[in-house]
Amino acid sequence: MKVRIVYFAWVRERIDKPEEELDLPETVVTAGDLLLHLKTLGDGYEAALQYPDVIRVAVNQEHVDHDEPIAGAREIGIFPPMTGG
Amino acid sequence: MTTPIIHVQREDFDLQTEIDRLTAGRMDIGAVVTFSGLCRDEGGSLDALELEHYPGMAEAEMRRIGALAIERFSLMGMTAIHRYGKILPGENIVLVIACAPHRQAAFDGANFVMDFLKTAAPFWKKEHLADGTAGGWVSAKDADDAARDKWAKG
Repeated sequence: MKVRIVYFAWVRERIDKPEEELDLPETVVTAGDLLLHLKTLGDGYEAALQYPDVIRVAVNQEHVDHDEPIAGAREIGIFPPMTGG
Repeated sequence: MTTPIIHVQREDFDLQTEIDRLTAGRMDIGAVVTFSGLCRDEGGSLDALELEHYPGMAEAEMRRIGALAIERFSLMGMTAIHRYGKILPGENIVLVIACAPHRQAAFDGANFVMDFLKTAAPFWKKEHLADGTAGGWVSAKDADDAARDKWAKG
């Protein structure tokens, strides 16, 4: 599955790119699977996703839990807890 | 049906202009609560905040939260504006306005929107320190999650 992935804040800084298009293996079913897969892609990814439990995931710009499937996603956002307001 | 007015913008906003936009010509609004959040200098140690956001999703989340508040508190008007980019101490960051017939709904509506905006709207603050060092990203606070959770219906 080809999908556009966008990164924000310190996740973006550690991975060192704001977005990329990835072809995901079929074993990646849920948002949590995706985080574990990304962690294997290099040192920057490992540093950004060292503690996947704190990382937030959005599918097509809507928050999802880590156990939710990402099938059909056009865009997946990956970012730390939010600190606006 | 009332729909929220939502803006995500680099520019500053004017409180009176935004209040007037909601109340002009209305004779049924009895209470207007505004909350504005400003950038602190943290005792002189902070030079600026850099606000990053997720374009599109930031607006969508604020619209969703605003609509929830309108429905839950029967608001007659709701505006939420959040700035991004570099913001200096003393400058505005965020504005929430809630209008209702009576004060309690207006207070609660503004409070609700801020509690959810802080924990669900995709914005992130990075500090620029006065001594020139990189201050790093602001950490999310458990107290903000607790503030949001108090709105859970029992």
